[in-house]
Amino acid sequence: MIGAAALAIVVLSVAIYVFGRSRAISSAKGSLKNLHSRPSYHGLFCALWTFLVGIVLILVLGVLSRQYIESELGGRLDGYVAESQLPDDGLAALEGVGNLDDAIAALEGVPADEATLAFTRAEIERFRDIRGGSARFETTNLQAQLEDIQRRLIIGDSIAIAEGRVPSRIDRLRLNLAQEFREQEQLRQYAIGGLALAAALLTALITFFRVSLPFRARNRSERLIRFTLFICAAVAIFTTLGIVLSLIGETLIFFDKMDWRVSDFFFGTNWSPLSNQREGFISPEDIGWLPLLAGTFMITFIAMLVAVPIGLMAAIYLSDYASPRVRAFAKPMLEILAGIPTVVYGFFAAIFVAPLIRDLGQSIGLDVSSQSALAAGIVMGIMIIPFISSLSDDVINAVPQSLRDGSYGLGATKAETIRTVILPAALPGIISAVILGVSRAVGETMIVVMAAGQGPNLTWNPLETVTTVTVQIVMLIIGDTEAELSAGPAFTLGFALFVVTLTLNFIALRIVRKYRELYD
Amino acid sequence: MSDQVETTTPVASGGGADPNAAVKMVGKGVNVYYGDAHAIKDVSIDILDKTVTAFIGPSGCGKSTFLRCLNRMNDTIDVARITGTIELDGQNIYDKNIDPVQLRARVGMVFQKPNPFPKSIYDNVAYGPRIHGLVANKADLDVIVESSLRRAAMWDEVKDRLDQPGTGLSGGQQQRLCIARAIATAPEVLLMDEPASALDPIATAKIEELIDELRENYSIVIVTHSMQQAARVSQKTAFFHLGILVEYDDTSKIFTNPTDQRTQDYITGRFG
Ligand SMILES: Nc1ncnc2c1ncn2[C@@H]1O[C@H](COP(=O)(O)OP(=O)(O)O)[C@@H](O)[C@H]1O
Ligand SMILES: [Mg+2]
Repeated sequence: MIGAAALAIVVLSVAIYVFGRSRAISSAKGSLKNLHSRPSYHGLFCALWTFLVGIVLILVLGVLSRQYIESELGGRLDGYVAESQLPDDGLAALEGVGNLDDAIAALEGVPADEATLAFTRAEIERFRDIRGGSARFETTNLQAQLEDIQRRLIIGDSIAIAEGRVPSRIDRLRLNLAQEFREQEQLRQYAIGGLALAAALLTALITFFRVSLPFRARNRSERLIRFTLFICAAVAIFTTLGIVLSLIGETLIFFDKMDWRVSDFFFGTNWSPLSNQREGFISPEDIGWLPLLAGTFMITFIAMLVAVPIGLMAAIYLSDYASPRVRAFAKPMLEILAGIPTVVYGFFAAIFVAPLIRDLGQSIGLDVSSQSALAAGIVMGIMIIPFISSLSDDVINAVPQSLRDGSYGLGATKAETIRTVILPAALPGIISAVILGVSRAVGETMIVVMAAGQGPNLTWNPLETVTTVTVQIVMLIIGDTEAELSAGPAFTLGFALFVVTLTLNFIALRIVRKYRELYD
Repeated sequence: MSDQVETTTPVASGGGADPNAAVKMVGKGVNVYYGDAHAIKDVSIDILDKTVTAFIGPSGCGKSTFLRCLNRMNDTIDVARITGTIELDGQNIYDKNIDPVQLRARVGMVFQKPNPFPKSIYDNVAYGPRIHGLVANKADLDVIVESSLRRAAMWDEVKDRLDQPGTGLSGGQQQRLCIARAIATAPEVLLMDEPASALDPIATAKIEELIDELRENYSIVIVTHSMQQAARVSQKTAFFHLGILVEYDDTSKIFTNPTDQRTQDYITGRFG
C-alpha cells in the first residue's frame, strides 16, 4: 500500500511537471521573454515540491506510526502481565542475580515452560539470545523487569506471527495480538499512504497556482535542488562519521576492558585473543598486534617489490614507447586486470602460486610451507600492477610534451629523456601512486586469507605462514565465538588499520597536491 | 598588431647577408607529409653560416614543420614523413648512418614556450654536456655552464642562485635559460621557433639583442610571427605560404622590394 502511494506520488510529480510547465507557457501568452523563469523551471519547481513533501511524509510517518502501534499493543498487555506472578520460589531463586545468564542459571529448578507463568525460563532464554548473556539484569524491582522482558517478547512474537515469521511461542494471547496488529498495520498503511498522497496533491495544487509571469521559479528550484544535494552529501558525511566514531568508541571500550594496557596491544608479540574464550574473557597478554603488523608489512613489501617495477615500466612503455595501436589494446587489458575480483586472485594464489612456490622451494632444498607470505605477496603485487601503472601512466602523460621536446632537441635519446627529465618530473606523482598502492595492499584481505595462512608468526622468513591485520579481523568476526568477546579486538584492529591507511592516503594526497602546483 | 606600422620601422641590423658567409645547411626538394596532408612542398633553400635567417609566413604555412626538419625533430612525430635531402656541411642529415641524436647536438633548438626542466638552473644548462659526455669533470662542467649563461646574457642575473629551480625564473629569463641550455652543447646551428612570442616587449628585446650577438658564432634560423622582429634581427628572410617557399632573399630586399605579389601582400598586412 505504501509502495503504491509512493508510486502515485512519483506519477503525480511527473504530471505536475508537465502541467506547471504548460501553465507557464500559456500564461506567457506566446512571448516567453515575459516569464521570469523558463517554463521547465516552473515545472521543476512544482514537481520537486510535490515529490519531496510526499516522500518525506511517507518516511517520517512510517517510522513514527510504527512506534506508536507497538506502544499501543504494549499498553494492551498491562493488565494481563500484572496478573501474572513469578511463583515465590522462582522469585526467591532470582534474588541476587546480576545478568541474564545468571537469571537462567538461577531458574534451573523452575520448569522450563511453566504454563501458569506469564513469562517462562524459555522466554528469558530467548531474550538472552537477543540481548546477550551479560546484559544487565537487576535484582531489585525484579517483577517490573520480568514484566518488561515479557511484554517485549510477546509483542515481538505477535508481530512475527502477523508478518509470517517464526515466533518463539504461539498462544491465544499472541494470536489475538497478532490479529490486532495486522488490522492496525493495514489501517496505518492506508492512513500513511492516503495522508502522504493528499499532502502531495495539495502541494501540487498550491505550487501549480503559484506559476505566474514574475514568479522566480528558477531561483526557487535551484535552492531546492541545492538543499536536496546537501542532504545527500550529509548522509555520506554522517555515515563516515558514524563509522569512525563507532570504531573509536568500541576501541576505547576494548582498551577499558584490557585495563588500559594499550602498550600490550601495540608492542605485544603474542596474538591469540581467543585462547581464553571458554572462560569468557580476553587476557591483555594475548593481544599483541606486532605479528599481524609485521605480516601485513611483509606481504605489502613483497607485493610492492613486484608491483612497482613492473607497473612503472609498463606505464613508461605505454606512455612513451608503445605505438597507438599497442596502446589502444594494452591499456584496456590492464584495466581488465584491475577489474578482476580480489577473491579470484585469492584462490589463484592459493591453488596455483602457493603450491608452485612450495614445490620450487623443495626442489632446491628449502622448507616452504604450503601457505606463505611470498605467495600472497606475489599475487597481491600482480593485483596492484594495474593500479600503479595506470596512475603512473597518468602522471607521466601529464609531464608536458614541451619538456620531452626540449630534451630531444638537446640530442637526448628516449631512454635518457625518460630517466633524466620525465621520471624526475613525474616522481611526486609516482610516489603517491605507490603510497596509494601500499594502502591498498595493507587493506587487502581475500588474497591473504587464502594464500598466506592464519598463523600469527613474528618472522622475517617470507616462506613461512604469516597472517595480517585484515585476516585476523575476518577470523574474529566469522568464527563462532560470541560477538561479545570477539568484537572488541576486531574493532580495535579495524581502527588501527584505518589509522594506518588514512595516514598513507593523506601523505599521498599531499604529495599529489604539491605536484599539481608545480605545473599549473 | 598592425603590420603596416611595423613595415615602416627602419630595418635594423644591416638587413643584408655577409657576402662571404659560407653555406651551412642546404635543403633540396624537401617535402613533408603528415599522414595524407602535404605540409611542405618541394622546398629548396641554402642556409648561411654566421647569419640569422628568418622564416615568416601566415599561420599553418609550414614554418615550424620545415624548421623541425632541420634537426629531425619530426622523427618524434609518428605520422610525419619526409622526402628530399637536407645537408649539413655537405652531408645529408637524413642519411641512414646519421644518428638523429648526435645531429641534434649539432643543430640545437629553442622552442616557442620556454620549457626549462624542473631542475636547478645549473642542471638545466649542464643537461646537454652531461648526456653527450662533453666534460670529464665538474670543473669543466662549471666552465661550460658559466660560459653558456654568459653568452645567453644572464650570468649576472643567476650566478648566485644556480641551485634554484629553472622553473622559478620569469618567462624571459626562462627563455634565455633555454638558449643557454642549447648553447651548452656547442651546436653549430641554432633553431628558434617563435622564441619571443610568449614574452613581454622588454624580454623580447633582450632575446633579440642576444640573437644578434650569437650570430657571430652560429648559424641561426628563427621562425617569427612579427615582421618587425624579422626585419630587426635577420639578414636573410624566407617567406612561406601554404607549404611553399615563395621567396627567399636578403631581408632588406624582402621588406623593401619583394619580387612576389604574395610576399608583397603579406608584408603589407593584406593577409595573414
Ligand atoms: N603533428 C602534426 N600532425 C599533423 N599535422 C600537423 C602537425 N603539425 C603541424 N601540422 C600541420 O602542418 C601544417 C603546417 O603546420 P606548422 O608547421 O605548425 O605551421 P606554422 O608553424 O607555419 O604555423 C598545418 O596545416 C598543420 O595543421
Ligand atoms: Mg609554428
